[in-house]
This record gives sequence, C-alpha cells and structure tokens, in this order.
Amino acid sequence: MAKLEVHDVSQSFPRDDGSILTVLDHISFDVKDKEFVCILGSSGCGKTTLLRMIAGLDTAVSGKIIIDGEESTGTNPKVGFVFQEYSLFPWRTVIDNIAFGLEMRGVCQEDRYMVAEWYLDLINLTQFKGSYPSELSGGMRQRVAVARALTLDPVLLLMDEPFGALDAQTRNMLQKELLQIWEKTKKMIVFITHSVDEAVYMADRIIVMTPRPGRICRNFEVLLPRPRDRTSVEFAQVRREVLDLINQNCSIQ
Amino acid sequence: MSRRAGKNGKDWRLGAVAILLALVIWQFVAVVIVKYPFILPAPTDVFSAFISLLQKGEIFLDLETSLIHFFIGLGLALLVGIPIGIVMGWSGRIESLIDPLIELLRPIPPLAWIPFAIIWFGLTSFSAGFIIFVGAVFPIIINTYSGFRGVPRVFVEAGKMLGCTKIWDQVRYIAFPAALPSVASGIRIATGVGWMCLVAAELFGVSNYGLGQKLWFFYSLHQMDSVVVYMILLGLIGLAFDMIFRYYVDKHLLKWRTGEVA
Repeated sequence: MAKLEVHDVSQSFPRDDGSILTVLDHISFDVKDKEFVCILGSSGCGKTTLLRMIAGLDTAVSGKIIIDGEESTGTNPKVGFVFQEYSLFPWRTVIDNIAFGLEMRGVCQEDRYMVAEWYLDLINLTQFKGSYPSELSGGMRQRVAVARALTLDPVLLLMDEPFGALDAQTRNMLQKELLQIWEKTKKMIVFITHSVDEAVYMADRIIVMTPRPGRICRNFEVLLPRPRDRTSVEFAQVRREVLDLINQNCSIQ
Repeated sequence: MSRRAGKNGKDWRLGAVAILLALVIWQFVAVVIVKYPFILPAPTDVFSAFISLLQKGEIFLDLETSLIHFFIGLGLALLVGIPIGIVMGWSGRIESLIDPLIELLRPIPPLAWIPFAIIWFGLTSFSAGFIIFVGAVFPIIINTYSGFRGVPRVFVEAGKMLGCTKIWDQVRYIAFPAALPSVASGIRIATGVGWMCLVAAELFGVSNYGLGQKLWFFYSLHQMDSVVVYMILLGLIGLAFDMIFRYYVDKHLLKWRTGEVA
C-alpha cells in the first residue's frame, strides 16, 4: 500500500529588501494508495512549489515529505513528474524519450523498447514511435510525457498543470485518457490545476489552496461516480459547491 | 514557386547565369580594357595556368599540406575548445574564473601570434596549425559555452526525475545533445575562420608546399594567373567544407531539428 504523507511543510524565500516571503505555510495532507488528488488554486498560491518539493526538485525550509514509507531527500525513481511546459527531449525519438528512464538504469535496448512499446500502446501513439517531438502536436507531446513518467513504474505521479497549454477539446480528450491510464495503472496521482472543471472531472479529492501564503483551505471529496459526465446536473452541482467554497472561504484575504 | 526552385525557394539557374556573366565581363575587362595579365589575368589565362599546374602535379601536394595544417589547427581547437566551453557553461564559478582571460585573449588577431608560433614550434606544420588553432578555438569555446548555458532547466529536471542524477550523465545525455546545435554552429564558424587564417599561417615558410605558401610563391614570380588559381582553390575548398559540414550536421546530428520552429 503506497502512501504519500506531507507533514507541516513550509517554504519561504528571502526577498531583495531583506524581508522573507512565505510561499507555503504549514501544509499537511496525505494521499492514499491509488487516490487521484487535485490541488486547486489560483496562480501564485505556491502549488507548483509544493509539487516540486514532493518531487524532490526543491527542498522545504521545514517539514517532511514521506513517500511510500521513506522520507524524501531529493529526486526519487518512485516519483514520476509531468511538467507544465514541453519537457520531452527534442533530440530523441518518441520511443527513446519514453525509454530514457530505463536507459539510465542500464536496461539493454531490446528490453527497454519492449517496455516503452507497452506504454506507447497505452497512450495510443504506437505509430509515432520513431517520430521526433517536433513532429507531434501539443497534446501528443504531453501524452508521451505521461508515458515517459510511467515507465519506471513510480508509485506516485505528479502532474503540474500538464494540460494547461492545450486547447479545450484536446484537453478534455487528454483528461479522459489520463483517467483511463490511471484506471489501468492505479498510481497515486497528485494533479495541479487552476480549473475547477478539470478538478471535479478528474479527482477523488480536491485540495483547495489559498494564495499568499499558500495554505490548505479545504479538502473536498468528489463522490460522483465514474465515468463522470461534465454535462450532467450532478456535475454542475458539485462544480457550484466547489466554486462557492472558493468564493466564500478560500479567496485572497 | 516554380518547379525550378530549389528547396529554399531560390532558382539555381539565375545564380549560374550570374557566374557566367561575371566570367564574361571579367574576360572582357582583362583582354580589352586592362590588357596586362600581370594586373588582371583573364579567365582563359587562369584556366590554362590551372591545367599546367595540374600537369606538374604539385598542386595536390599543396592541397595535402594545407589540409594537414588545417586539421592540426581545427583538431586542437576542438580538443581544447569544447571541454573549456562545457565546463564554463556548466559551472558559473569556472565561468567567472576563465571568462575574463578568454575575453582578453580573444581580440588578439590570430596572425599576431605568428612570432611566438615560430619561436615555440619552429618552422613546422605545427606552427601553421597553431595559428589556425588560435583563429578557430574562440568561436568553438564561445558557442559551446553559450549552448551549455542555454540548456533549458526543464530538460535537466525531467532527466533528474528519470534517474539521470550523476553530473557526467547529465552532461552526456542532456546538456550535450541540447547544446549541440550551438556547438555545431561554433564549429562551422571556426572552420571558416581557421581556413581564412591558413594563407597567412603558411606565409612565413613553414613548408615548401601549401595553398597559401604557393599563392605567395607565384606572386613573387609575378605569375598572377597561378595566383588566381590558388585563390579560387582556397575559396572552393572553404565552400566545400561548409557544405559538407552543413549537410552532415543537418542530415545526421540534428535531424530532430527539421520542422522545429527555432
């Protein structure tokens, strides 16, 4: 049973005038095995900072992060990360991008291609295996990025507004695909977004954050059955609840 | 675009017409107006000089000698320039350590090093190679350095998340390929500059052969038609280097860049 525990994590940076800017203020939450959690907040609320600390790319000023029973001290192969911007290596073909993590582990080419092809199939891009990222659309690139993050079979997948740069239609399609991938692989997912619609569509639980300094405002369980229909009345109701919650309690004080 | 247009949209036939036209005008000016082959040899003079040089065969020896000088210089420039560029681009501290030194040395024209080239290496191929090295090494250092400096952080972080955590792996698998377009264009500039230094590097008598050496030799004999042959040869070989290099780099090393918007 994998688990993510975030204990009392704070982050701050010194400002030019000598004062200290608190970005995250005593954040604590857990993510259960196979749970899909969305962190929802407006831009500047520190949600990317939080995700980067869970990933081990940045170090918190205080607090600790425990992934699968081990305290995190830097990047960790148990954690996959999908970046907001395009992060595929443009000099590698799609399959070599997906197989990169295995290559770093010293897996031979034949074996790593076998694994990579399984993930290529999962994202329905088998026919693009020899293409370079520049030949793919934005949506395809992010799908490849998801596959690349999954190849090392992490227990936790972190996603930093991965569909933020895509058009609405592609975005809806990718959300649906990601849910299918999640059903098949059953990873813990922490997904950052500023879109209420996206959070309600995807998440088991939404963590709503307030900005400056970033604090957890509410945990909101989304009990809608899956697959969810974003045009249904129930969906609209949950959306309204989340929006009301944000407007009444979690806006900038 | 018409069917005659090349891949960059230019019609090569127009270029060919312009070259022919230039030859005709040159011939006319040389034969009808100037009339002194010493001042301006006609294309026909140059061509017959070329034929007789080919028959003597020394021209191949010149070519070989020059290529040796050139590749000594360029090879050393790559060997020295790329590692320096890499460490400068990778580490801010090493950059601040080396950069002022490089900025001081760089503006010294390569030819100003000729006296020391002779003192250090004598009249050998290495002293000609050294002058070419001085011309070629700075573009390589600077482009390698700026390529490494400009590696997007997200590539390094994506690599880290996938287990690429050792610094040497990060250079080899992420920074170097990401910087390669910049490194390649540095090498291309270096090839051009190095080739330009060649004539002067061979001028001070490091060898009895060499394209640059022969250019001066025929000048001292006042055989200006042969001088022009060597000039054209120098130009064409420089052009060939550039074309081969670009072809190789675009087709093999940087295949992934096709279609990418820079």
